Amino acid sequence: MDESVVDMKGVSLAFGAKKILNDLNLAVHSRERLVVLGQSGSGKSTLLRLIVGILRPNGGVVRFKGREVSRMRRPHLNRMRQKIGMVYQYSALISSLNVRDNLALPLEELTDKKEEEINRIIDEKLDMVGMSDTKNQMPAELSGGMRKRIGLARALVMEPELILFDEPSAGLDPVISSVIDELIISLTEKTDATSIIVTHEMDSAFKIATRMAMLYQGNIIENDTPDAFRRSKNAVVSQFISGSTQGPILEKKK
Amino acid sequence: MDGGILLMIKRFLQHLSSIVWLMVDASQEMADNMIRGRLPFRVNTFFEQTDRAGVGSVPLVALVSFFLGLTMSLLTGYQLRPYGTERLVPGLVAIGFSRELGPLITGIMVAARIGAAFTAELGTMTVSEEVEAIEAMGIGPLRFLVAPRVLAVFLLMPCLVVISNVTADLGAALICKWQLGIPVRYFGDLVHSSIESRDIVAGTIKSFLFGLIVGTVSCYKGLAVEGGAAGVGDSTTSSVVIAITSVIIFDTLCNIVLVAIYP
Ligand SMILES: Nc1ncnc2c1ncn2[C@@H]1O[C@H](COP(=O)(O)OP(=O)(O)OP(=O)(O)O)[C@@H](O)[C@H]1O
Ligand SMILES: [Mg+2]
Repeated sequence: MDESVVDMKGVSLAFGAKKILNDLNLAVHSRERLVVLGQSGSGKSTLLRLIVGILRPNGGVVRFKGREVSRMRRPHLNRMRQKIGMVYQYSALISSLNVRDNLALPLEELTDKKEEEINRIIDEKLDMVGMSDTKNQMPAELSGGMRKRIGLARALVMEPELILFDEPSAGLDPVISSVIDELIISLTEKTDATSIIVTHEMDSAFKIATRMAMLYQGNIIENDTPDAFRRSKNAVVSQFISGSTQGPILEKKK
Repeated sequence: MDGGILLMIKRFLQHLSSIVWLMVDASQEMADNMIRGRLPFRVNTFFEQTDRAGVGSVPLVALVSFFLGLTMSLLTGYQLRPYGTERLVPGLVAIGFSRELGPLITGIMVAARIGAAFTAELGTMTVSEEVEAIEAMGIGPLRFLVAPRVLAVFLLMPCLVVISNVTADLGAALICKWQLGIPVRYFGDLVHSSIESRDIVAGTIKSFLFGLIVGTVSCYKGLAVEGGAAGVGDSTTSSVVIAITSVIIFDTLCNIVLVAIYP
């Protein structure tokens, strides 16, 4: 029980009258790589925002390492967030800073590290995502996929305990995609990090995951190992994995 | 009887309380940073903003005030001349500007020039999730983005008001010399003998207050942007409108209060 890094119980969230999450329960344990699947607009990014406390649930509790996120006061919340790295779906790099300064920002603002050490960390992380030669470029000069990799490097500079990936390989070419997949795997194998990965790429989902969860109509409808997922009897899950047009997913929408 | 007015007052109070909370949260973030032995925000950012808000506004403020001072003394001079009381013009312009027009005109110009820039900049950052990313990293966007901006306008506004007063007096002095036959030195004496410390105190209080209003309103409006590029545009417009209206309303309130407690 206590070893769960993230624990969500009975979480519900609505934007106005629109219910997004409804009595959702999800626990993520230490060193797991949980892949969250779900349709576009099902609330996956919203789920990640709840974990870092950007959004507060209308009901239920979200805990990070046993402490309730929505009850934390601002200074504590900020200290908790330093242990979490977030890779944004649309990168969210600071457009007025170049790549180097984007990566340096959390290190300079939150740690007492010296400049040489900061530079060393930046070089190391940029190398991990294969972007060493872009240090002096501005985000606007990079392609979407390149920005995404910088965003990934930025999430890693603080050596977070929990990393949240929002569609890390969407928009990347197959080779770089595999590089990113392997990077995600090695992060939890070489360090004690835990990851939650939102992705639509089924191949990489099965490659990365130690556990998978399917978000459907505001709830986690299946939460199991990748193997069990493949063999799932749930019609929604099997339709989603196979990408078939026949099944309950589209029917419900009509 | 009037639901519309009640609704307006309610919305005004909601915005006001959000702005107050913004300031409280920003202070809390800064205090937390200082407790850990760090600067509340980057000194560099602060100086960039003072440069932009303060130094960058000098030409505009100086130009507008110079011509206003010129016009004001020209018009009042012609009115007073038939009665032989044109000696009142220097004091009139000096008091008028240090108490009222200097802070008001500067407040309005800074709201339009800097307030709009702050809202558009923070609004764009909000829309592209940059503010959220800064928040999610635990850096604290209020202390990192908002505090240096608000503080820059707050501290630079009185300086700009001084520039506004000086250039207005300069304009007035030129007219007095050429049109009303008052030499520059005599102009100085007349200003000196008519202006009182309460005029300067009133002007200073107003300058700080207007700086605070423009800074907080524009940053609040920037962070509250919703809905893409159009949202940034709407927010920028309403930020300027709200800042200018608030400056005028608080100017009136200030006058009422100051006349009552410090006549
Ligand atoms: N700030 C907001 N205000 C109102 N509705 C919102 C807001 N943010 C998200 N939503 C709604 O919440 C739902 C879930 O959004 P979310 O971004 O979490 O989806 P997602 O699962 O990440 O989708 P995708 O795979 O396309 O990224 C969407 O229907 C969206 O319209
Ligand atoms: Mg999403």
